[in-house]
Amino acid sequence: MLCQECGKRPATLHFTKIVNGEKTEFHFCESCAREKGEMIPGTSGGFSIHSLLSGLLDIETMGKNATGATKASQTLRCEECGMTYSQFSKIGRFGCSSCYKYFDDRLDPLFKRVHGSLVHVGKVPKRGGGRIQVKRKIDDLKQELQQRIQQEEFEEAAELRDQIRNLEKEISGQ
Amino acid sequence: MPNLRFTEKALSDWMRGQGNDSDIVISSRVRVARNLQHLPFPLLANPEQLEEVLERLTDIPNQEELQSLGTFYMIKMNEIDSLDKKVLVEKHLISPNLASESPNGAVILNEDESVSIMINEEDHLRIQCLYPGFQVRDAWDRATSIDDVFENHVDYAFDDRRGYLTSCPTNVGTGLRASVMMHLPALVMTQQINRILSAVSQVGLTVRGIYGEGSEALGNLFQISNQITLGQTENEIIDNLHSVVLQMIEHEKNARQHLLDESRVRMTDRVKRSYGILSYAEVMDSKEAAQRLSDLRLGIDLGIIEGPSIAVMNELNVMTQPGFLQKTYGHDSNVEDRDMCRAKLIRETLAIS
Repeated sequence: MLCQECGKRPATLHFTKIVNGEKTEFHFCESCAREKGEMIPGTSGGFSIHSLLSGLLDIETMGKNATGATKASQTLRCEECGMTYSQFSKIGRFGCSSCYKYFDDRLDPLFKRVHGSLVHVGKVPKRGGGRIQVKRKIDDLKQELQQRIQQEEFEEAAELRDQIRNLEKEISGQ
Repeated sequence: MPNLRFTEKALSDWMRGQGNDSDIVISSRVRVARNLQHLPFPLLANPEQLEEVLERLTDIPNQEELQSLGTFYMIKMNEIDSLDKKVLVEKHLISPNLASESPNGAVILNEDESVSIMINEEDHLRIQCLYPGFQVRDAWDRATSIDDVFENHVDYAFDDRRGYLTSCPTNVGTGLRASVMMHLPALVMTQQINRILSAVSQVGLTVRGIYGEGSEALGNLFQISNQITLGQTENEIIDNLHSVVLQMIEHEKNARQHLLDESRVRMTDRVKRSYGILSYAEVMDSKEAAQRLSDLRLGIDLGIIEGPSIAVMNELNVMTQPGFLQKTYGHDSNVEDRDMCRAKLIRETLAIS
């Protein structure tokens, strides 16, 4: 069969589109399919990052005590949007921001694999992110404090210690 | 009434600007992904919720703070036809995903098209900034200041530990994807490209061909971007990309010099042949066009020929894409017609520049 578009090259891609119940059959050669922007199943166009991810997530459940893990992941679900963990592992995408909370136990191995880390260290929103900004400030000050102590600059160290105390009071009071 | 000015010209005005190393790095892009609190991600949101997202986010460009960064125009996806969407995709102003799967989506563009803000794509909000040449840092500076304006008006989904929460686990944390588009013909010709690309992937970056599929890169154009978004600061991500790209520029320059030293005649022949074919051919498919345009661009960069300006070359890259051709020549042409139109358009563009 020749490609229905160019009529020259043999059609190597056959597919059926169903739009609103209406079936249409297509027979294209690869180069015409590409031109038309049709997704070619089985090539990189159809193989998304999400399918790759869901592969990773499946390994998670397979690796563990198989029966127990599968059972748990079937019942594990996000109370906010209703997405279950097994749905998530199929789609590779979260349904809402609360999924992160409900699936938290399972996410560390995934993030470890994808990012090599578990905790965000970058930008923080000014509003709503106040607490974490203070926390990070405290960490910085603590490091500086250690340096001062090592260099035997005790006056500066004392000042830093007071600053840290005040900041710690601030967040525990919130 | 949708604003159609963005699909009429092939080349965004921002691309006419000069950037660093623009003989090798064509453009730099930064994208940040954000979501609103208390609303499901677009994947699960119902039409009312998507409408709410749209309303809350599109109100912001009218606020003074954002207007001080430029004039912005909104285009809703359900107000333009599929051809216009295709052109916006070819100009990299929207993602294929927004075009095909987001009836409740919209894009907000500024005057010179260097800022593209997508709403209801995979995430509620995606801010993208584009710069010509090698200017990833400037692109990030701009993206983060636009992000700040949005953040002043809406509450983002953010978690102390995981950072900005995104629909796809590969974006969580900073939500930042920084990328550069590079033209690497000499590394391809000297067959060093695969070695370099696999080295790049070992330092947390990914490479893919632009306008091509799989490992094949049409026109020797590659996009290098960060893969990791969690556990690194934005500056670390940008710095990492920056230093790797600097090295790749160096390799490409060396390879170009090597080709000139070792086989100047063959290089010159190749460039001039391609220039000749582009100037006179009657039929040209997209694959050949991409390869010939790459040869011509290399010839101009190396001073082998005095051809059209780099801006014209960039314009041709977009103009020869299927959607734009169809837009230019009106009818829903078949491939044969389109290959003729493509050849004609290239001939005419080269003749006047």
